[in-house]
Amino acid sequence: MKVVYTDSLVIGGGLAGLRIAIAARQRGYDSIVLSLMPAKRSHSAAAQGGMQASLGASIKGEGDNEDVHFEDTVKGSDWGCDQDVARMFVNTAPKAIRQLCAWGVPWSRVRKGDREVVINGQKVTITEKDEAHGLITSRDFGGTKKWRTCFTSDGTGHTMLYAMDNKAIQLGIQVHERKEAVALIHEDGVCYGAVVRDLVTGELVAYVAKATTIATGGYGRLYAVTTNAVISEGIGNAIALETGIAPLGNMEAVQFHPTAIVPVGILTTEGCRGDGGLLLDKDGYRFMPDYEPGKKELASRDVVSRRMTEHIRKGKGVSSRYGDHLWLDITLLGRQHIEKNLREVKEICEYFLGIDPVKEYIPVRPTQHYSMGGVRTRSTGESPTMKGLFSAGEAACWDMHGFNRLGGNSVAETVVAGMIVGEYVADYCAQNPLNINTKLIEQFMDREKEKISALLSRDKGENPFELKKEMQQIMMDKVGIFRNEADLSQAVEELKVLHQRSKNIALRHKISSSNPELVEAIRVPKMIRLAQCVAYGAMLRKESRGAHAREDYPERNDRDWLKRTLTFWPDENADLPEVKYEDLDIMKMEMPPGSRGYGVDNTIHHPDTEKRVAQLEEIKKANPNADRFEMQRLLNPIEIPDKFRGKNERVGKGFK
Amino acid sequence: MSNNERVLKFHILRYNPQLKGDIPTMKTYEVKEAPGMTIFIALNDIRENQDPSLQFDFICRAGICGSCAMVINGHPDLACRTLTSKFPDGEIKLMPLPGFELIGDLSVNTGKFMRAMSERVESWIHDQYADNVDLDRLEERMDPDVADEIYELERCVECGCCVSACATKRMRDGFLSAVGFMRLARYALDPRDKRSDEEFYEIVGDDDGVFGCMTLLGCQDYCPKDLPHQTQIAYLRRRMALVR
Repeated sequence: MKVVYTDSLVIGGGLAGLRIAIAARQRGYDSIVLSLMPAKRSHSAAAQGGMQASLGASIKGEGDNEDVHFEDTVKGSDWGCDQDVARMFVNTAPKAIRQLCAWGVPWSRVRKGDREVVINGQKVTITEKDEAHGLITSRDFGGTKKWRTCFTSDGTGHTMLYAMDNKAIQLGIQVHERKEAVALIHEDGVCYGAVVRDLVTGELVAYVAKATTIATGGYGRLYAVTTNAVISEGIGNAIALETGIAPLGNMEAVQFHPTAIVPVGILTTEGCRGDGGLLLDKDGYRFMPDYEPGKKELASRDVVSRRMTEHIRKGKGVSSRYGDHLWLDITLLGRQHIEKNLREVKEICEYFLGIDPVKEYIPVRPTQHYSMGGVRTRSTGESPTMKGLFSAGEAACWDMHGFNRLGGNSVAETVVAGMIVGEYVADYCAQNPLNINTKLIEQFMDREKEKISALLSRDKGENPFELKKEMQQIMMDKVGIFRNEADLSQAVEELKVLHQRSKNIALRHKISSSNPELVEAIRVPKMIRLAQCVAYGAMLRKESRGAHAREDYPERNDRDWLKRTLTFWPDENADLPEVKYEDLDIMKMEMPPGSRGYGVDNTIHHPDTEKRVAQLEEIKKANPNADRFEMQRLLNPIEIPDKFRGKNERVGKGFK
Repeated sequence: MSNNERVLKFHILRYNPQLKGDIPTMKTYEVKEAPGMTIFIALNDIRENQDPSLQFDFICRAGICGSCAMVINGHPDLACRTLTSKFPDGEIKLMPLPGFELIGDLSVNTGKFMRAMSERVESWIHDQYADNVDLDRLEERMDPDVADEIYELERCVECGCCVSACATKRMRDGFLSAVGFMRLARYALDPRDKRSDEEFYEIVGDDDGVFGCMTLLGCQDYCPKDLPHQTQIAYLRRRMALVR
């Protein structure tokens, strides 16, 4: 039996995972990162448009601060987020971006003087201030009051990931590539690491650690068409679920991005619309102002995706052999702007569509994009029910996104959670000596070995590729942008059947070393279980909130549903997960539920909302001289690691 | 895009070094072409429907991550964004990228090479104060043009096409290659990196470095991101020549 020991084991080598490894290393703990491939190839690299942080240097970001960012994030989440976490996040985001700046990200900068931009379809000249020259600039994104999204052209994720991985290399952090964690090792509610399969040799190795962090990204590949990388299959979520003890949170909260290209589903950044691009229908008509006169194309992602779908259903889509789509028009931005700030988009259009977006419209359609759900954690990043198990980034339900994430808040979350959770991981390593019986390791290793030999020895059975396809189609057809009871209950039943069938997978290619079919056979049953969590959670949630839109329950129902879904899978032989709920306490909210300002407000309010609003008014009245920091502490005091408590400086504002 | 359905012929190098006694062979697979088909789509079709043992690497399938470089009809390129319609005779020959350790079939270990490259050029900001920056204060200012220029050089996705297209690398195993020069040039341009030319010279001032380049410029010809390899190699060479 091969065993590797470390202090902090991180599963996943994207932005969140690397940042956590760095934090633990800088505090003096040994850290190993497991990755399916070289870390620089992680899906973090695909984030094009930017990272939100309220630096407020650009003239259109003037007046921005943590409070405005907080408000946008909570509204965006449709009040589904954890407001303590959102607070920690907005306060730390400016520090995260400045740290990455010191580590080498070539953030695009403010240039003083006049420049021409496109706002609401019109060319407008804005004047950047002299004193902001050379500071990090920002662009407009959906669902935000200020231009807050900082960027490097449209290669933001790429430059962030490269800086982060280079920092990890500088610190000598080992990244073990082509390794897949297939099960967590745990006993009595404590996690001790993972059973890991080497994807080249097929060998199973136990990685034993004080703290184990799941940072494996989202589960977009549960859907047939997604913007996600092919490795975003949710396996990290699944191994947490399979402990039977660690819950997943809000798995039904799945985001669809308005502008992925048709048919392959590759993303074109929200920066296209942020920089002034428009959505047009088959008549070349700009339809978004009719639906959302306020934010138009820059309404929140869930809203735009629904409006586009509604418009297509009215027969206004452009028909194609791949189904109906709409147009994204960035021609009005001009060649110079596109070639400088949207060049990845241009490359994608040229290679995959054979069109020049400087002159032609881009065929787009709302497409699965982001998983708000994931391994449920406390604000420290630790699982509420399993000690020593942490999670961060898209893999986690830390829960700053609730039921809809704002564009630019995902890469921001990866690094901010990496910083904050990384400190708690290091604290955990300091406080918990590793105490594990090797018999336990052996037991978990044997179990996985047996599963693999069963797969390799079965003569006849199911084809894993087929099962996956069927699952992906069910999710596409029945658990999509608009949902209803009939479709969802059918999806749940059909997935149950697939789950049964997945116990009988047989391989055509029976070798245990590098074998793509075996990899698939190990993953697919895990993916089907996750799909069941998504579909079942969506069926049970009888309201519409953020990206979870029920045609049969169109109103947001705070009275009955202001709660987070927790999904467990305690019985390996069960056909469905167990679902519990965790209430969100309005009486602790800094920002009680209100209207997001899109369409008709048909919210069914919770009785506490009115009480809390009155209470907040009283606190404000009683403390007329409190500045915004003091007021925030009065309204909702939060825990945050000492390192990240400081106030953030802004140009022209100082630390106010 | 032709409307007549074609049958494509993929000739693929098959070899699994993990299997004792396996011998490299070329195997041919036929795939019915679909509109907009890329090599990514075709290879997955082969794996799912004909040969589940076929090894290859794709991650983003959007030309962003650099995983899928292979030799396509003699030319190194990213397979995910190569449309099959590009090949009029429908014959597509796929080989793994040379210059890297072979994992199996079309999959090579670029990760090991790139990590070693990053360690060799010390691919990070050298500034003793970088870890003591006060994160509460305004960031250090940078000229907007300089930031844009650095990004130009940072667009490399470590796909390895330049390494496999390099004749010098073929002759000199320890040759740093264009990907390493580009990385070094990126840090040399960055005012945040406090290294001197003398320090850069220690890294690339020899025949395994920038003076070994025979200027055949396969790197320039085959870089999928159109990075300015020629200019940067020439520039680095001049700058390094001035050091001693």
